[in-house]
Amino acid sequence: MTDEPQRLTIDTVRQADQHVVRLSGEVDLRSSPQLRNVLLDVLAAKPRRLIVDLAQVGYMDSSGVGTLVEIKRLIERGAGQIVLAGLQPRVRSVFEITQLDKFFRIAASVDEVGRE
Amino acid sequence: MTQPGCLELELTSDPPELPRVRGTVRDWSAQQGWSDDQAAEIALAVDEALSNVIRHGYCCAPGQRILLTAQPISVPGQTDGLEIRIRDFGKQADPDRIRGRQLDDIRPGGLGVHIIRAMMSSVEYRPVPGGGMLLVMRKYKDHRAACPPEANRHD
Repeated sequence: MTDEPQRLTIDTVRQADQHVVRLSGEVDLRSSPQLRNVLLDVLAAKPRRLIVDLAQVGYMDSSGVGTLVEIKRLIERGAGQIVLAGLQPRVRSVFEITQLDKFFRIAASVDEVGRE
Repeated sequence: MTQPGCLELELTSDPPELPRVRGTVRDWSAQQGWSDDQAAEIALAVDEALSNVIRHGYCCAPGQRILLTAQPISVPGQTDGLEIRIRDFGKQADPDRIRGRQLDDIRPGGLGVHIIRAMMSSVEYRPVPGGGMLLVMRKYKDHRAACPPEANRHD
């Protein structure tokens, strides 16, 4: 019997001009519009840095990756920065296969970014 | 009639179907002796293929029919493998024009086809007389997920 797949939950924490968006669950064609809407709301606050915490994301397909590409374009237009943190190996492999691991700044964890 | 060892699924063109189908395909692959990583690769290829059917074949119209079959295969000169067929009844496309964007042309879309080709050993799109498309994907046990070299080639 297949386990019930994880629905995507999204929490956002704002620390000064840095936003941390913490995802938990699976990002696919069903959930990526939800992710896109949340990230567009975050961009409206013009953060200097947006950290997307993917440590609790076990699955991401091209719709999720495409959403993050779009958000990166938009935040950089306003001189902001996006960092992806805590990628699990299978999620990271999707970025590697599509060669977007070179396009994004990827950190081991949110804490690693925070120490800078 | 489903043959022993085969998987047959009928689903609709609704994104909420995808997690269930991924899980079913992953579990079936594991039962067929594929490793956890390989089963995850197979499920990802199926997810991307179904997402393309929903978005392009059916233009996001809900409730449209999609059939999926999966079966083990044995081909002379190859390690054991599996074949997955995905049949839709939507818009047809020229197989020669089904390709992802160049990977160095970075923009939000156009990655699903690359991912499918990376996860599977062979991928073939066929228009079906009378309407719709058939996608035939094969993966052999010695296949390692990697982006095909043509993904970086500019025509």
